[in-house]
Amino acid sequence: MEIQDNRPDPDELLASLKIEEEKSKRGKLKIFFGMCAGVGKTYSMLKTAHAEKQKGVDIIIGYVETHKRQETADLVEGFELIPRKVYQYKSTPVEEMDLDAIIARNPHTVLVDELAHTNAPGSRHNKRYQDVQEILENGINVYTSLNVQHLESRSETVAQITGIIVRETLPDDIFESADEVEVVDLTPDELLQRLSEGKVYTPERSREAVENFFRKGNITAMREMALRIVADRVDKQLHEYMQLKRIKGPWKTGLHLLVAVDYTQQTTRLLRWAKNLSYSMGATIQALYVETMHNLTPKEREQLDKNINLAGQLGIKFRIITHHDIVSAIVDFANKENVTHIIVGKPRVRNLLSMIRLGNFVNRLIRYSGNIDVYILGADSQSKDHFREKVFTPSFTSNISQYLITSVLVVLTSIVFYLVKGIIGYQIISFGLLIMVSILALFYGTGPILVAATLSALIWDYFFIPPQFTFHIQEPMDVLMLIMFFIIALLNGILTSRVRHQEKKIRIREERTHALYQLTRELTMISGIEDVSKIAVRYIQKYFNLECAIILKDDSNKLEDEPVHITKIRLSDNEISIASWVYKHSSKAGKYTDTLPSTNYTFYPLTGNTDNMGVIVVEQASVFTQGEEQFWEAFLSQISSKFEREFLRNAAKKAYILSESDKLYKTLFNSISHELRIPVATIIGASDTLLSQSYPEETKLKLYTEINTASIRLNQLIENLLNMSRLESGRITPRTDWCDVHDLANDVAGNLQQELLPYKFYIVIPSDMPLVRIDFGLIEQVLHNLILNATQNAPPGTAIRLKFYFDNGKLTIQVMDRGNGFPPEDLTMVFNKFYRGKDAKTGGTGLGLSIVKGFVEAHNGTVIAENRQNGGAIFTIKISVEISEMNQYG
Amino acid sequence: MVNLTPILIIDDEVQIRRLLEITLSASGYKICEASTGKEGLTMAATRQPALIILDLGLPDADGLDILKKLREWYEKPIIILSVRKSEDDIIKALDHGANDYLTKPFRTGELLARIRVAIRHSQGTIENPNLEFGTLSIDLANHTARKNNEIIKLTATEFSLLALLARNEGRVLTHQYILKEIWGMGYIEQTQYLRVFIAQLRKKVEDVPAKPKWLKTESGVGYRFGS
Repeated sequence: MEIQDNRPDPDELLASLKIEEEKSKRGKLKIFFGMCAGVGKTYSMLKTAHAEKQKGVDIIIGYVETHKRQETADLVEGFELIPRKVYQYKSTPVEEMDLDAIIARNPHTVLVDELAHTNAPGSRHNKRYQDVQEILENGINVYTSLNVQHLESRSETVAQITGIIVRETLPDDIFESADEVEVVDLTPDELLQRLSEGKVYTPERSREAVENFFRKGNITAMREMALRIVADRVDKQLHEYMQLKRIKGPWKTGLHLLVAVDYTQQTTRLLRWAKNLSYSMGATIQALYVETMHNLTPKEREQLDKNINLAGQLGIKFRIITHHDIVSAIVDFANKENVTHIIVGKPRVRNLLSMIRLGNFVNRLIRYSGNIDVYILGADSQSKDHFREKVFTPSFTSNISQYLITSVLVVLTSIVFYLVKGIIGYQIISFGLLIMVSILALFYGTGPILVAATLSALIWDYFFIPPQFTFHIQEPMDVLMLIMFFIIALLNGILTSRVRHQEKKIRIREERTHALYQLTRELTMISGIEDVSKIAVRYIQKYFNLECAIILKDDSNKLEDEPVHITKIRLSDNEISIASWVYKHSSKAGKYTDTLPSTNYTFYPLTGNTDNMGVIVVEQASVFTQGEEQFWEAFLSQISSKFEREFLRNAAKKAYILSESDKLYKTLFNSISHELRIPVATIIGASDTLLSQSYPEETKLKLYTEINTASIRLNQLIENLLNMSRLESGRITPRTDWCDVHDLANDVAGNLQQELLPYKFYIVIPSDMPLVRIDFGLIEQVLHNLILNATQNAPPGTAIRLKFYFDNGKLTIQVMDRGNGFPPEDLTMVFNKFYRGKDAKTGGTGLGLSIVKGFVEAHNGTVIAENRQNGGAIFTIKISVEISEMNQYG
Repeated sequence: MVNLTPILIIDDEVQIRRLLEITLSASGYKICEASTGKEGLTMAATRQPALIILDLGLPDADGLDILKKLREWYEKPIIILSVRKSEDDIIKALDHGANDYLTKPFRTGELLARIRVAIRHSQGTIENPNLEFGTLSIDLANHTARKNNEIIKLTATEFSLLALLARNEGRVLTHQYILKEIWGMGYIEQTQYLRVFIAQLRKKVEDVPAKPKWLKTESGVGYRFGS
């Protein structure tokens, strides 16, 4: 006996915690569940709602069908009703629940009758349960009603019991995920009585209903089913509860079911049955389809898609693998996934051959599956399809011309051989024909090869084997040879065709892998959202032959109104809103989907790791096949993750800029507030003194001078700040005009007259200096700042030089002083904002030199700072300028 | 000298108006004040000021528009006093009829000098054919200029340029204005002519051409004849 492990399985525990967490954000779903119509679900629902309303809960009616039953209609009174939305369907107005109005109204709880209802065409979702899901996602609680026959997994059984096929079905998931299920139960006798009293339907409809559906036997069976489902649910809830509260118990079944499915209709029954089994066993379940070389007919493909859909609706994970042998594929997969039970269908045996095949299949499965249990589900007598486990089925999909060409070639070869038959005996000719058939097999499908093989056999027999021109064969050996000829030709053709088929599949897969690789490679090489979009659009056009539009999210995580990239797809407002819906709900919508299928385009979300990046809109001509769908998803996931990286990069860049500007702001603030305070304090202090007492003229004069100096300093600071902000905002564009550098020098010297007084100031301009085109104002400011800087750093009495000359066609301006120069390690930083020399005099903000650099660079010039050999600093500005043809007059 | 006709100050800043009032009153001018463009226009019409000091940044209108409106009928000098210091703004204001332009912050001495020049020019005294500026004298009738009583050799264009600036002594003349007056409309963009001629003129007229006393540069705007 195995030792039972009582510890909660961490994965399951995590899953249940996750479910709990997600549920707390979502609204709660309460289902009033009954065995059939007329048991009073709507009535109970309204009753409960009334009780809640009494308690003060904000509860409204989203959609309730009273079926003209008086007692129900009375209960509707007193509730706020959301008006129904009217859709025009084939010129008849159809009333449906107004989903958006409910979400906009945002009540605590909303009543939505008939969960399994199918919406009118043109509604957002095909099914009402999808509407309900959306309401729940918006955090609104829902009360709803449901009958047992509408459950997907039970609909088959119900059909078997009642003979009525139920079309409005609901995925079991929805029922299973309900937070609360309340059974509305009546005994069959009570129900029949209600019917006969006309409380459910009008009398004539009642009679009809009683005869068809509401037979006592039916009702009893349905009731049992409904009660069992709820009982199962209670069991499961207890199980989940124990897990959640970490109660130890023998609750871990550790059972994993695997349903092997195919492309027949029988699979639907198999899936439903397996789902029920998994439910009562408490086992996990997944479905497996093994793609062999069998070419699916369109009908089979359609059924396969249906099967896959059904599995999804039943909440069964569907896996597809490609393998030439079904049995080993199933067994390998089962071993890898720790499957405990394999479930397969038992096909109807039609003939001896299929019996042999089936026996082979089942035997092999049992033999190889080892300790895995194998369930074989009995065949459905109604099912017309049969289970096929063929090694290879020839396909006759080749077109007529291929049959013609192969036949003609066989005939032509035969004619050639006929002409030479005197030389090479008829037996050799059979080899020749065989070679021809083999060659044809390299180029044509199975059908034409079959024809070619048969044709060549017949020709050989008729024209070559003696007696000629009869099908009669004299020699028994020739009969044997003909049979062998036919078999070899056939085998040869089929085997070659099979190899070709496999090659084709491999080639397609290789092509796809290559495409994905190319896409990934190209995406890694580029950056920028615009470029990523371009590449995505190009690849989708190339590999899917689809027009597409990409709409991305904006900074506030909402979808933009316009596609990023111009495409042939023009989206209407309505389609943009579908895109928004897809973006919000991360599920596809539009054509070929369950949501809003009546538009021209299909909308897929671009889902990243954390968030949706946007929506891709494509104009699909047909629904994707399974292989294409996988390829498409792989494509989208590559594109999405690239977009995500781009978005993250942008966000990081923004954050960096923000932090940089924050840093700048702080430095500026610290530096400026100090620099502003000093002169302001001087002005206030000095003027205060002047106002309060009368002083001798001499003192007054000193104070006036102080005020004046402080004001000038303040003005200088403001000037620098303004220039800095002009530079920062990038609004500096030099407006050049002809300029005589003498004017420049004079202006600067004039403006700095006071500051330059203690120094020996020299201006050096060569006599042949031409006029230059520069922005006078900007360069004046540059020189002003450089000379002011010199006065702040050099000791009084020393020389300051301003030198202009031409060097290699460049206007060169130098400002030299005899101060202390810069510490060598600082030379590269002197032009940085807020750089200040260690022993700089007060009165600078560290902006002056960075303005110099900014203005010079605005002229496409350069400025460097160096230390002079005999002490002091030298700034050299070089600007490429236009010079005047007119030399200094003359 | 006491002028009975007032100087009108159009400026929205109380502190500037107060400063101007103190300064100008102390120099013997009568003052009237307006804080908005509209008020300024009314006062200009009713008080017939001898000169207007106009700010460009007014709360109710752009000073430039007020300048244009004033110039439709007001012929006396208008001096712009503004924080706007770009060459564009200055040239635009001068082109629209402002006689002079001073940027804030300004030196009061400078402002008083400009006011004096503007009023003197506006009084329309019959032009004296002989202009005297210290050691420099210009005889407009005979097209001769002398320095230290020695005739300076000047070309016709040089003399015209010197005469133009000298006649407008103290006033800033824009490059375009000078080019138009001396060379004609077709040369309005040829600022290099002007610079070359000014440089040459300085060499002939000024004591120290590098530090001109008379032919002063108004950076980016034009030239002013100093005295």
